[in-house]
Amino acid sequence: MAERSVQAKGDTIRAVQGAADATRGWLLKGGRVVDPANNVDGKADVLILNGKVVEVGPDLPRPAGMGEVRELDCDGLVVLPGLVDMHVHLREPGQERKETIASGARAALAGGFTSIACMPNTDPPLDTAAAITYVREKATAARAARVYPIGAITKGRRGEELAPIGEMVEAGAVAVSDDGLPVANASLLRHALEYSRRWGIPVIEHCDDPTLAPDGVMNEGPVSLRLGLRGMPAEGEVSWVFRDCLLARLAGGRLHIAHLSAAGSVEVVRWAKSQGIAVTAEVTPHHLLLTDELVASSGYDTSTKVNPPLRSEADRQAVLTALQEGVIDCIASDHAPHMEEEKNREYDLAPFGMVGLETTLALVMTRLIDEGYLSWSAAVERLAVAPARILRLPGGAGTLSPGAMADVVVVDPRAEWVVDPARFYSRGRNTPFAGWKLRGQVVYGFVGGELRFDRTVGGFLD
Amino acid sequence: MGLQRKDLLGLEHLTRAEIELILETARPMLAVLGRPVKKYPTLRGRIMVNLFYESSTRTRTSFELAAKALSADVVNIAVATSAVVKGESLVDTARTLEALGADWIVLRHSSSGAPHLLARQVRAGVINAGDGLHEHPTQGLLDLFTLLRRKGRIEGLRVGIVGDVLHSRVARSDIWGLTRLGAQVVLIGPPTLVPPGIEKLFPGVEVSYNLREVLPSLDAVQVLRLQLERQKRGLFPSVEEYSRFYRLDSERLRDWRAKPDLVVMHPGPANLGVEISEELANSPQSAIREQVQNGVAVRMAVLYLLAGGRTEE
Repeated sequence: MAERSVQAKGDTIRAVQGAADATRGWLLKGGRVVDPANNVDGKADVLILNGKVVEVGPDLPRPAGMGEVRELDCDGLVVLPGLVDMHVHLREPGQERKETIASGARAALAGGFTSIACMPNTDPPLDTAAAITYVREKATAARAARVYPIGAITKGRRGEELAPIGEMVEAGAVAVSDDGLPVANASLLRHALEYSRRWGIPVIEHCDDPTLAPDGVMNEGPVSLRLGLRGMPAEGEVSWVFRDCLLARLAGGRLHIAHLSAAGSVEVVRWAKSQGIAVTAEVTPHHLLLTDELVASSGYDTSTKVNPPLRSEADRQAVLTALQEGVIDCIASDHAPHMEEEKNREYDLAPFGMVGLETTLALVMTRLIDEGYLSWSAAVERLAVAPARILRLPGGAGTLSPGAMADVVVVDPRAEWVVDPARFYSRGRNTPFAGWKLRGQVVYGFVGGELRFDRTVGGFLD
Repeated sequence: MGLQRKDLLGLEHLTRAEIELILETARPMLAVLGRPVKKYPTLRGRIMVNLFYESSTRTRTSFELAAKALSADVVNIAVATSAVVKGESLVDTARTLEALGADWIVLRHSSSGAPHLLARQVRAGVINAGDGLHEHPTQGLLDLFTLLRRKGRIEGLRVGIVGDVLHSRVARSDIWGLTRLGAQVVLIGPPTLVPPGIEKLFPGVEVSYNLREVLPSLDAVQVLRLQLERQKRGLFPSVEEYSRFYRLDSERLRDWRAKPDLVVMHPGPANLGVEISEELANSPQSAIREQVQNGVAVRMAVLYLLAGGRTEE
């Protein structure tokens, strides 16, 4: 990776001043700036020049002699570092009817994410440097959110041999994962963790014991018993999280648990962290807000079918508390688009997955911030700072530090809207949140100082 | 008076009054079936489609005879499981049937919840003829009707359900129906087939792993069909061992001190000799043949009441 850390503050400002007249930039005036990486939460201006954040502070003057700096009135709005979603499925190559890199990158930015990491379970899987390069090139052309590919742990995601991890990282992969499938072979996962240490990347595991519930379609418990649907016990996740934490202790390396959903997994991760094991974890909005009762109350609506499944109320409360405490490090959407034709069928035959890029921020605002579970700073920590740190994203991603690349989103915290999947930028419409009334909407999205999304003029600026 | 609903998806969401209305309506229907001319003109000009994604001679025939006894037209469609695998859409098939004029779609499907999917997306009434492991409401109703005729009441009866409760849609419908009408239900079988915690799910339900212990207290017993392939998945060691602990036969009823007027039921088709002996199935204690006859009457009642409980003008 060419650029792994934020440049020193002084360097950037000098560089900017040296190029004063050719400058293009933005002065975001009077918004509430939430930048937990710098302990900022208050009314301030943000000055962006030449693609970078120059300064955050109250009543910043418009730089003299800079005719191309545009002012944007952000009074009443919230200004955030661009959010980072470290768990997204983009379906390209191979399943472009579900989603393309371009449609997913647009959905991301419209939802406040200026950086997303995409999982390698495409067709063919992202298991070579060439595949990683392909994704990056497509993403650049899309001119929406930045897309960081995640390479496969094993060739073909078959769980047999290591994929060329070093070559993929050189080509731009920020992590490896066989997401969708756990790496069943313990010694292979151990080697992946060992080998990844040379490259400084996390190994992301989808934790579930595939032999415990080979054809489960929802959480195992009273609801699955009542509905006659085959269950997936939480124990299958918990035991796998424990196995993986022990392998991380044995191997070193950094383990990241994808979409943690069970109360028992929280206890294992809490224990592992107390032991100094390098493990991090994410949780999805749907596991924070929904339970398996929704499968029953929705009458087997397949928009509730997701892997890991919606769990019990006790699990939901446990993951929410763990997120508040920091035992779970971050929120990730696990955005998994499918076609309507695939989802509109029998519950046990429909594919697993929900879209989330365009609802995650508003769900967090409406249900977690407004209801007092997370402060704005804590929310941005978990939606931007932590995932950027776990993936070691370059350019100060997740922060508004001076010199950081100017990935900035401006949000209207009072905008009320009803989730209507037909209006998504994503090709996926599969969400259990359809019809929910939410508060909070992205107004402006900047990537590298460039205003790419502007809801006031109808969306994407091309 | 009819049922104020378009579909019959399960007994879980039926009220006691609705169940009692169906059982009351089934009585005159049964009487008609005993006459030389087994026909009411009630549903003349209406169309019922049997859409069966699993083969089932008895349920399909029972629905067909019920509809015909009410003078409805009947179309039978058997869909091979391979068509499902090929990706033929259930919803699309049902919409086609509706466009062809179906008033009711009777659906048998291996996926739990398949009738719920249809009910939301077609205007035709949907009758669940068995969905996956979930419910088989008309079976539950005919079991209630059979018990009621044998015992004169449901309230206060102690009814055992023996066997693979975990994978049984019949058991779920029986449990909802029996408990709603005030019976006590005892689920009996090995712990692999009677999952822990199930008694907390259904109010008024007990669990016993020991048939011998609980048999003397029962007024009736529903014996479930044992799916022999479950053995391969490690749910029980062998058919022989299962039979040894959970099979019912007349000698065992005597030795284990069952009540002499114990009513023995089986939803069929039985593995004779495995979960129930042939001689018990054919004995006076057995209500198995009545279950089959009552099934037609109960299904007539359901169709009649879903049609609004009115005769054609």
